[in-house]
Amino acid sequence: MATNDTTGTRAFSAAGILPCAISLALFVWFAGFLPEIARGEVLRFSVPWVPSLGVSLSFLLDGLGLTFALLITGIGFLVMLYSARYLIGHVHHARFSLYLTSFMLAMLGLVLADNLLVLFVFWELTTFTSYLLIGFAHSSAESRRSALQAMLVTASGGLAMLAGFILIGTVAGTFELSEIRAMGGVLRDSPMYLAILILILAGAFTKSAQVPFHFWLPNAMAAPTPVSAYLHSATMVKGGVYLLARMHPSLSGTDVWLWTLGIFGAVTAVFASVVSLRQTDLKQALAYTTLMALGTLTLFLSAPGSYAITAMATFLVVHSFYKAALFLAVGCIDHQTGTRNADVLGGLWRPMPVTAFAAGLAALSMAGVPPFLGFIAKELLYKGALETSTAILIVTAAFAASAMMFAVAGIVAFRPFWGSGKRMDPSRPVLGEAPWPMVAGPLLLGIAGIVFGLAPEPLQSHVVTPIVASLLGDPAQAEPLLLWTGVNTALILSLLTFATGIGLYALHLRIRAGLARFSEVAPDSDVGWDRFLAGFVRLANWQTDILQSGVMRRYLMTIFGVLAAGLVFGMALSFPDLSQVALPDLLPKHWAVFLMTLIATGLVAATRSRITAIAGLGVVGIGVAMVFILFSAPDVAITQLLVETLIVVLFAVAALRLPNLPRRTEVKSRPGDFVFAVFVGTMIAIVLMSASSGPIDLRLSEFFEIASWPEAFGRNIVNVILVDFRALDTFGEVAVVAVAALSAVALLRQRPRKGPRA
Amino acid sequence: MKSIILIAGTRLLVALLLVFSVYMLWRGHNEPGGGFIGGLIGATGFVLYAIACGTQATREALRIRPEIIAMVGLGLSLGAGLIAGLFGDDFLTGQWLFIGGSKEEGGFPLSTVLMFDVGVYGVVMGSVLAIVLALEEEEED
Repeated sequence: MATNDTTGTRAFSAAGILPCAISLALFVWFAGFLPEIARGEVLRFSVPWVPSLGVSLSFLLDGLGLTFALLITGIGFLVMLYSARYLIGHVHHARFSLYLTSFMLAMLGLVLADNLLVLFVFWELTTFTSYLLIGFAHSSAESRRSALQAMLVTASGGLAMLAGFILIGTVAGTFELSEIRAMGGVLRDSPMYLAILILILAGAFTKSAQVPFHFWLPNAMAAPTPVSAYLHSATMVKGGVYLLARMHPSLSGTDVWLWTLGIFGAVTAVFASVVSLRQTDLKQALAYTTLMALGTLTLFLSAPGSYAITAMATFLVVHSFYKAALFLAVGCIDHQTGTRNADVLGGLWRPMPVTAFAAGLAALSMAGVPPFLGFIAKELLYKGALETSTAILIVTAAFAASAMMFAVAGIVAFRPFWGSGKRMDPSRPVLGEAPWPMVAGPLLLGIAGIVFGLAPEPLQSHVVTPIVASLLGDPAQAEPLLLWTGVNTALILSLLTFATGIGLYALHLRIRAGLARFSEVAPDSDVGWDRFLAGFVRLANWQTDILQSGVMRRYLMTIFGVLAAGLVFGMALSFPDLSQVALPDLLPKHWAVFLMTLIATGLVAATRSRITAIAGLGVVGIGVAMVFILFSAPDVAITQLLVETLIVVLFAVAALRLPNLPRRTEVKSRPGDFVFAVFVGTMIAIVLMSASSGPIDLRLSEFFEIASWPEAFGRNIVNVILVDFRALDTFGEVAVVAVAALSAVALLRQRPRKGPRA
Repeated sequence: MKSIILIAGTRLLVALLLVFSVYMLWRGHNEPGGGFIGGLIGATGFVLYAIACGTQATREALRIRPEIIAMVGLGLSLGAGLIAGLFGDDFLTGQWLFIGGSKEEGGFPLSTVLMFDVGVYGVVMGSVLAIVLALEEEEED
C-alpha cells in the first residue's frame, strides 16, 4: 500500500474525517436502541416500494440485527479512523473512503432488511462494493484477479440465494422475514424445502467462504489492511452467517440442516485452522483463522440447542473484537516495519509497546485464555457441542480448531512482539509506534475482549440474550455467560485445548515444513478456479466463432432463416385454412406500385454497380412508403420515406468506395440465395394474407380513436400513441437509438485519425 | 465534391428543411408529423449540407456535437416523464397547461408531451447526424 506520511503536515483530511463521523453517528444512534432491544422489543419500519409485487422497503431491528449493526458501525468507525491515517496522502484516499462508507451502508441495509428482496439488493451491493475495495490497488493484476474472483464466487451464490428467496416467497406467500419466521412449519413441510435450503446455503456458503468456496477469502487479502480487517473479519463474510442465523427459525431443525451445516462447518473449521498454521504471512494466517471462525459459526448454527446458539452469539461478537484488532495490529506492524513475514519479525514489543499490548490482549482472547471473553465463548462452544446429537463431530471439530487457534494466536501476536528479533532486517530500523489513530482501534477492541470477559453481564443482557431470542424465539433459552461454571467436561476440554495448543505452538515450525511439503501435492482449489475460468473463456470463444462469423451474408441468412423457420413452425401448429386466402381486390394504382417495387428488387439483385443497387433499394423503400400512403397511413409513410432517403445517403457514403459487385456467375451461392429469398418472402406473404383475410380485432384501435382527443388532447392518433399512451415504449426506443448512435460513433472513431478533428 | 450549384441550393434548402422539421414537430399532435419525423427531416437538412459543404462545415454550422444533441434529447424525454412524478402521477403521464383559457375555450396548450416529443426530435436528429458525420469523416481520412 503506497502511503506517504511526509506529504503535508495535516494528520487528517476531509476524506478521512467524514466517514469516521458518519460511522460514529450511526453507532451512537444504534446504541440508543440497546435498552429497547434488551427489553425484548422488535422494531419494524416499512414503506411500500413495489406494492404490485409485494415488495416493500421494510427494515427490522431485533437482537440479531442490532448486534450486527453495532459491530458494523462500531468496528467501522475504528477501521475508518485507522484508514484515515493509513491512507493519508494516497492519491485515491477520497475514493477509498467513498467505497468503504458505501460498503458500510450496504452492509447495514443487509442486516436490517426485513424484506427478502430488499435483503438481496443490499447483499449484492456489499458484493459490488467489496469488489471495488479488494481491487482498490487496481494497477496490480493480482488485486484485480482477487477482486473478480471474490465477486464471481459471491455473486453467483447470491443469484442462487435469490432463487431460494423467490421459492420461499411462493411457499410462504410473503417476503417479509418477520412473517416468514413464524412459518417454519410451512416451509419445512413444503416439497420445495430441499430446493430452498440448497439455494440459500449456496448464497450463505459462498459469502461466508465455506469449503469448497473458501479460496476467494485468502486471495481477497490483496485489499488494503483496513479492508481486510473490516470486510473479511467483522462484516461481509459474516453476511453468510447472518443469513443462516436469520433463516434458522424457519429452516432449521431438520436432519438435512443439521448434517449439511455440521459437515460444511466442521470441514471448514478444521481445514482452515490447519492451513493457517502453515502461513508465514501474518495477514494470510489471520485470513485462514477467519475461515475457521466462519466454519465454527456455521457448525454451531447446525445444532438447535440453547447452549449452541448462545455460544454462536458470543463467539460472533468475540471473534469480531479480536480478529479486527489483530488485522489492524498486523497492519501497524506492516506499516512500521515493511514486512508481514512471521519468520522474520520478532522483538517488536520494545519499539511498539502499545501495539504489542493491544495485540496481546486480542490474541489471549483468541486463544480462549481466562478471564477473556474468548474463554467464555469457548466454554459455551464446548457445552453447546456436548449437548447436541452430533456431539462427536462438533466436539472434535471445535477441539481441533480451538487448539490450532491457540497456536496461531501465538504465531500472530506473540512471536512478532516477544520472539527473537535476530532475523529482523538491520538496514531498516523499526519506526516505533504507529500514529495514534491506527493504534486506537486494536487497543479499544483488545480491551473490550477483557472487559466483557470480566463483566459479561451487559453483553449478556443487551446482545447475547436478544440474539438467542431472535433465533429461538425465547429469551429464556439464553444460557449464562460465566467465567467459572465449576469443574465439568467443558473445563477439562479447555485445559486439554491449552495443552495441545502449547504443544502445537512449540512444534509449529516443524508442522509448517511438513504442511508445506504436503500442500505441494494436494489439490489446490485456487488453481482449479483458474482452470474453470480458462475453460469458460474457451467455451465462450468456441461459441463466438460459431455464432459470430463476421460475414454479413451469414448473419442475414441466420436472421431470415430463423424468421422463416418460426413462420413455418407457427403455420404447422395453427393449420390456417389456406383455401380461404384470396388475393385482395387490387386497383390499378396498387398494381403499379407493386410492379415498380418488383422491378426495383430485380434490379438490385441483377446489377453489378453498387450505386445502382443502392438506388434500387431506395426505390423498393419508396414503393413501401407508397403502399402506406395508398392505405392512408401518412405518418408511417413520411417516416418510411425519410428513413429510406437517409439510408440511401448512408449506404452511398459507406459503399461507394468499395469495388464493383462480383459477377453473378462468380458467386456459387447465388441460386441458393435466390431460392431462400423467395421462400422467406412467400412465407411472409402467406402469413400476411391469411392474417388480413380473417376478422381483425378493432377494440384497441377504437379505444385510441375515442380516447385520443378527450384524454390526450391530440387528433393524430399515431402520434398520441407514440408520445402519450405508449410513451414508455417510445422512450425505450429513443434510448436504444441514442445508444446505438454512440456505439457506432465509438466504433468508427477507433482507428487513429490523421486530420484535425472538429 | 464541391459544386457551386449544390452549395447555393443547399443553403436555401437547409433553412427550409429545418423550419419544416420544426413545423412537423409542432403540428404532430393533431396532424401527420411529430418528433420522429421532424428529427429525420432536420437530420436530412444537415446531411444535405454535409454532402454539399463537407463535414467540417456541418459541425461548425451545428455548433453542438450531434452526440450531445442526442443525449440532451434523451434527457428531455426522461425529464418530461419525471415531471409527472411531481404531480403525483405515474412516470410519463402527460401534464397539460392551457394558457389563457381551458381546452374548450381554445387556450394555448403546453404539455410535457410536447417536451417529450422535442426530446425524441433531438435524439433522432442527433443520432442520425452522429452516425452520418462519423461515416463521412471515415471516408475523408
